[in-house]
Amino acid sequence: MSQSPLTHLQTLEAESIEILREVAASFERPVMMYSIGKDSSVLLHLARKAFFPSKIPFPLLHVNTTWKFREMIAFRDRMAEEYGFDLISHTNPDGLRDNINPFDHGSSRYTDIMKTAALRQALNAGQYDAAIGGARRDEEKSRAKERIFSHRNATHAWDPKNQRPELWRVFNTRLNPGESMRVFPLSNWTELDIWTYIYSEGIPIVPLYFAKKRPIVERFGTLIMVDDDRMPLNTDEVPREEMVRFRTLGCYPLTGAMRSTAASLPEIIMEMQASRTSEREGRLIDSDSVGSMEKKKQEGYF
Amino acid sequence: MTLPMATPDTDIDLWLNQQTDKSLLRFLTCGSVDDGKSTLIGRLLYDSQLILDDQLASLKKESRNRTTGDEGIDFSLLVDGLAAEREQGITIDVAYRFFSTDKRKFIVADTPGHEQYTRNMATGASNADLALVLIDARKGVLTQTRRHSFILSLIGVKHVVLVVNKIDLVDYDQAVFDKIVAEYRAFAEPLGFKSLAAVPVSALRGDNILATSPRTPWYRGSALVPYLETVEVAEDRTEQKFRFPVQWVNRPNLDFRGLSGTVASGAIAVGDDVLIASSRKPAVIKRIVTMDGELNQAVAGQAVTLVLDREVDVSRGDVLARPGETPEFSNQFQARLVWMSEESAFPGRSYLLKVGSQLVPATITDLKFRTNVNTLEHTAATKIDLNEVATVTIATDKPLAFDSYATNALTGGFILIDRLSNATLGAGTIEFGLRRAQNLTYQAFDVNRAVRASMKGQQPRIVWFTGLSGSGKSSIANLLEKRLTAEGRHAYILDGDNVRHGLNKDLGFTEAARVENIRRVAEVAKLMADAGLIVLVSFISPFEKERRLAREIAGDIDFAEVYVDTPLEVCEARDPKGLYKRARAGEIKNFTGIDSPFEAPTNAELVLHGAEDEPTVLSEQLYDWLKI
Repeated sequence: MSQSPLTHLQTLEAESIEILREVAASFERPVMMYSIGKDSSVLLHLARKAFFPSKIPFPLLHVNTTWKFREMIAFRDRMAEEYGFDLISHTNPDGLRDNINPFDHGSSRYTDIMKTAALRQALNAGQYDAAIGGARRDEEKSRAKERIFSHRNATHAWDPKNQRPELWRVFNTRLNPGESMRVFPLSNWTELDIWTYIYSEGIPIVPLYFAKKRPIVERFGTLIMVDDDRMPLNTDEVPREEMVRFRTLGCYPLTGAMRSTAASLPEIIMEMQASRTSEREGRLIDSDSVGSMEKKKQEGYF
Repeated sequence: MTLPMATPDTDIDLWLNQQTDKSLLRFLTCGSVDDGKSTLIGRLLYDSQLILDDQLASLKKESRNRTTGDEGIDFSLLVDGLAAEREQGITIDVAYRFFSTDKRKFIVADTPGHEQYTRNMATGASNADLALVLIDARKGVLTQTRRHSFILSLIGVKHVVLVVNKIDLVDYDQAVFDKIVAEYRAFAEPLGFKSLAAVPVSALRGDNILATSPRTPWYRGSALVPYLETVEVAEDRTEQKFRFPVQWVNRPNLDFRGLSGTVASGAIAVGDDVLIASSRKPAVIKRIVTMDGELNQAVAGQAVTLVLDREVDVSRGDVLARPGETPEFSNQFQARLVWMSEESAFPGRSYLLKVGSQLVPATITDLKFRTNVNTLEHTAATKIDLNEVATVTIATDKPLAFDSYATNALTGGFILIDRLSNATLGAGTIEFGLRRAQNLTYQAFDVNRAVRASMKGQQPRIVWFTGLSGSGKSSIANLLEKRLTAEGRHAYILDGDNVRHGLNKDLGFTEAARVENIRRVAEVAKLMADAGLIVLVSFISPFEKERRLAREIAGDIDFAEVYVDTPLEVCEARDPKGLYKRARAGEIKNFTGIDSPFEAPTNAELVLHGAEDEPTVLSEQLYDWLKI
């Protein structure tokens, strides 16, 4: 069909670059969310391309729950130094004071305080009018419904029933005081697109995506990696070395690993091809109840 | 972008090459509510084996007590992702879904059938190459089928597949199918689709989805998926005229000034001549910069940074083109509008218009006609309501570079934005520029406002009074004019009642007429101020938008909004003209404060409290404030 000389990935790349440039040109204080995962890595790569030879004209914001994998934080700092971008890290000081953690307080309350509330604090503190995120429409059903430029009211809430119509690639970037925009340049990408793009562009990613022997305990059918000694172990639990990798990355106590031997990008892509489960199956916070992601988003979660 | 071939001949590279060669089809599903759009998409995902095990398990769990197909699954649950959609069993907003077969990748926009959410259907159509128009075999062609088909033609979707769904519920009857197809073809003929196929399917049971069904032996065409895999829809945008809308000026240091943007159409190479659409200044492409290295050529769809050979004034919103192939550059054009807001559109009201990266204030100058979606007939109208389609002329505050939508969707499609709420109100497609815009220039005279004003020894200005009927506007204006005249100033009062006896006697009190009433008075006030006068405008002017319009029309003339804030009870008790009494008795309709709203100003330069002081005191207060 396509008589365009551009391939599918080249088309997606150009669309995303156009969106990133539109943000830089239309907002006064944009910020890019940096969660250190594979989508963030692609987003970072696209932002470098969009503004080259200029540097990325906005800061990158990492909402640090303090429970991220240690390798993620090391990777984040290495990237910031290598590419010279402006990195802001924010942790909810109230949550830190009360030692909010996923074990004592449950995943739901923990996420609410250390992620959603922390994000709102950081966005308010920076007075950002646009926050770029790496979410894709193929991730989850309510994500599939979201616009590329997604309007938020003064309390960061999303109103899914009242989204702005978005025609062609003419984006309405206008805001009233206090309002903000969430922008998703990767909306039209699939998980497979992300992996093939990482492979063909040689984009660096956190090593946790590659299979390796790691200390694992099994809880409720989920493989949890014991990343540091803060994790309380039951008396019968002894971490054992298993060959695993991660399909998505988040907070280590809430992110399930998968048994795998895929230690290179081609192996990961081939393994994904044969996979019969969805990407977010290992994410404990998504499966709380039907529509829970939508509810979180209405409250300001990304 | 290049694929590193470090490990040639491996499985992954073979596989990647296959993936790279696959083309992408973007399509949408539309049609009336309950015709099974979500079910069809669910079926497409299921049959192409894209429902993963954990999704299938939760789906089966949720499918209890619902209409399920042969597999015991309610396929619509796959796409209706919002809680409200599940509660009501309808689709509210567009969902974008991805699937692929061995031959092609697909992005499908599942759009709502409800009339209330037509704007979301237009959103889905605007990036699609093809549309599946669904029809319930039991119901046939409905209003919403026609409305959606018309919007498809308006947005420029040129390929349509008529999916006659639920064919199982009419016993796989060929006569039913043939009748629906014949009726639809007759309706769609003037819409000018390039291709129109029709397939009888049961999304729930899977008939004619992946393969032709033995239950419709009379159907000679292709099943749906094989058709979608092979239909030719692409247009070669690289063959069109070169258009490069500048998105962002890239200035990392004093030595580099690049123009970042996406090639909307055509192609450009280093050494080519270009023209800046706004200034008509020529330049030559010196470099085409990307992070992957410099290019010799850039084609439609590529996001690049162009460096010109000389310093010419170019900024965001400008369009680069080739000499002799430039876009239109004008401040007036004819367009078709799809209205997407509960708040109606009125000629004379001011909006923001965005086309490409150009954003300018704009006004609908003429509403030529509305198009009836059932019959495609043109009807006269004074406003455009939600989901209506109209043909209008639009004037912008400064000239724009554009093409007709038919020749270039990216430089001819625009949105209209509300100036207060910033909501997107409508979408438009430009038909053609109006010649008169280029022929009409302002006559520059030697005697100008400054000369006239200095002859009168005063600063011309517009004092715009707003407030309820009986609030005291005219009394205050009258006292002020008396004092100014006594001091040898030249002033004039434009009064709502007086103007309606003459200039505006053709106007009634509907919202549309009120907009036009204010527009004309604002233009007259501007002319009078230009003549050097101090103009006192005493109008109820109940709507924020029109007061803002008046301020904009005044341009660089000093404009002060004076709000005479008198409570309704006080005005009603005064009732100097007996109008409140008549309004309460139902003799006068659309009376401000009674059955028509008054939007109190939030940005008035001065507020006078009409219930607290006498008009003499208030006019003195105003005089002092004006510092004349």
